[in-house]
Amino acid sequence: MNWTLMWDSLPRLLAALPLTLQLVTLALAFGAVLAFATALLRLSGNRVAVALTSAYSFVFRGTPLLVQIFLIYYGLSQIEFIRDSFLWPVLSQPMWCAILALALNTGAYTAEILRGAIETVPQGQVEAARACGMSRLRVFRRIVLPVAIRQMLPAYGNEVILMVKASSLASTITMMEITGVARRMIAQTFAVFEIFIVAGILYLLINFIATRLIKHAEWRMTPHLRARA
Amino acid sequence: MLDLLTSGLHGWGPQLLSGTAMTIAVALSSFLLGLAFGAAGAAAKLSDSLLLRGLAELYTTAVRGVPELLVIYLLFFGGSGMIMAVAGVFGYGGLIELNAFSIGVAAVGLISGAYSTEVIRGAVKSVPYGQIEAARACGMGRWRILRRVLVPQTLRFALPGLGNVWQLTLKDTALISVTALAEIMRVAHTAAGSTRQSFLFYSVAALLYLALTTVSTTAFQRAERYASRGVRRA
Repeated sequence: MNWTLMWDSLPRLLAALPLTLQLVTLALAFGAVLAFATALLRLSGNRVAVALTSAYSFVFRGTPLLVQIFLIYYGLSQIEFIRDSFLWPVLSQPMWCAILALALNTGAYTAEILRGAIETVPQGQVEAARACGMSRLRVFRRIVLPVAIRQMLPAYGNEVILMVKASSLASTITMMEITGVARRMIAQTFAVFEIFIVAGILYLLINFIATRLIKHAEWRMTPHLRARA
Repeated sequence: MLDLLTSGLHGWGPQLLSGTAMTIAVALSSFLLGLAFGAAGAAAKLSDSLLLRGLAELYTTAVRGVPELLVIYLLFFGGSGMIMAVAGVFGYGGLIELNAFSIGVAAVGLISGAYSTEVIRGAVKSVPYGQIEAARACGMGRWRILRRVLVPQTLRFALPGLGNVWQLTLKDTALISVTALAEIMRVAHTAAGSTRQSFLFYSVAALLYLALTTVSTTAFQRAERYASRGVRRA
């Protein structure tokens, strides 16, 4: 084990950390919006909307993320009208292709989590809110959504970890995030274990912090479960 | 149909089919390897030894928290070195070269095993303890309890979770394409490069994966129904 090499590789891998974090946060943010819209459409009961969102979730959960990334990065650039359209400045950049693929992927999974959570909100609470004279929108905003979000947090925590790991696939389309840098350094130094350990610890740290944050959010949202002083 | 496969897809049909077969082979082998790792990991996690529990905990935490691609790179670049180091201990100094298939199976199996460990551990724990006591009271030995009471029920409880692990494993095999093993993703990549029809070939790859995941979902549903045929339903 070459300790100096491990120590020397740390600054270069740390320099790649912001890109990983950027990929993950942007993908999670866009994915959350997408998931919210998808879950609502799925629950709307409109047949066209249900069919479309089911197809979206089926395709993106049934194929590997690598296929989705390649399809967006290599596949879309081949289509003439996309290259001529206003989307091209965005889709010609690997960064945005990676974020788009990650967001579409996490959106499909999160939509299912959110839908499941919304369906577990007790009907009695909705009826009680209706009886208090709240409109449908207000019931959704004040009762259904907060309870559902609280319910979905543990499952969403897993999804966040999956996204942190999935961001490593951006390295296959030239993004130099942690895994990309690690791969390049392994090829240069042949110090496979040393670099794997440093990069692995970085990922474990990110995941540890993400898990803590989710746990904290869960704690904040369940004051009724805490022991009363 | 056959005509489309040979003349359509710019002549890449047969390669894509053999790529699909390779994906299935890698996925099945790594899933089985993962089951073996998972059974060992679950046994270690449920054992009384602090060392075994610690090692199993380290295994599942590290493998589930580190990107799959990184694990694959570790084995791809470092696998032969590891095997040679182990062989060196036993006095073999020659060069050992691992092929892409065994590296892929080892890597995906390692990842799959970490998830299987948790599934199997949960399933073992959901077998009511009273049943084991009852079996012991009937005079069964340790192995007989394992074989007659624990394993059959663990299998049934673990089936839904293992179905999820199988889907993960199947999709993780796509990452093996970075080691140039000719599975679906690799063939699609090569075909896309040589014909400049990226959209077509990656779409075909996506459809092939969709077909595989759909078929296996149905298969696992059937297996679940079969495994719980003796269970009363409310």
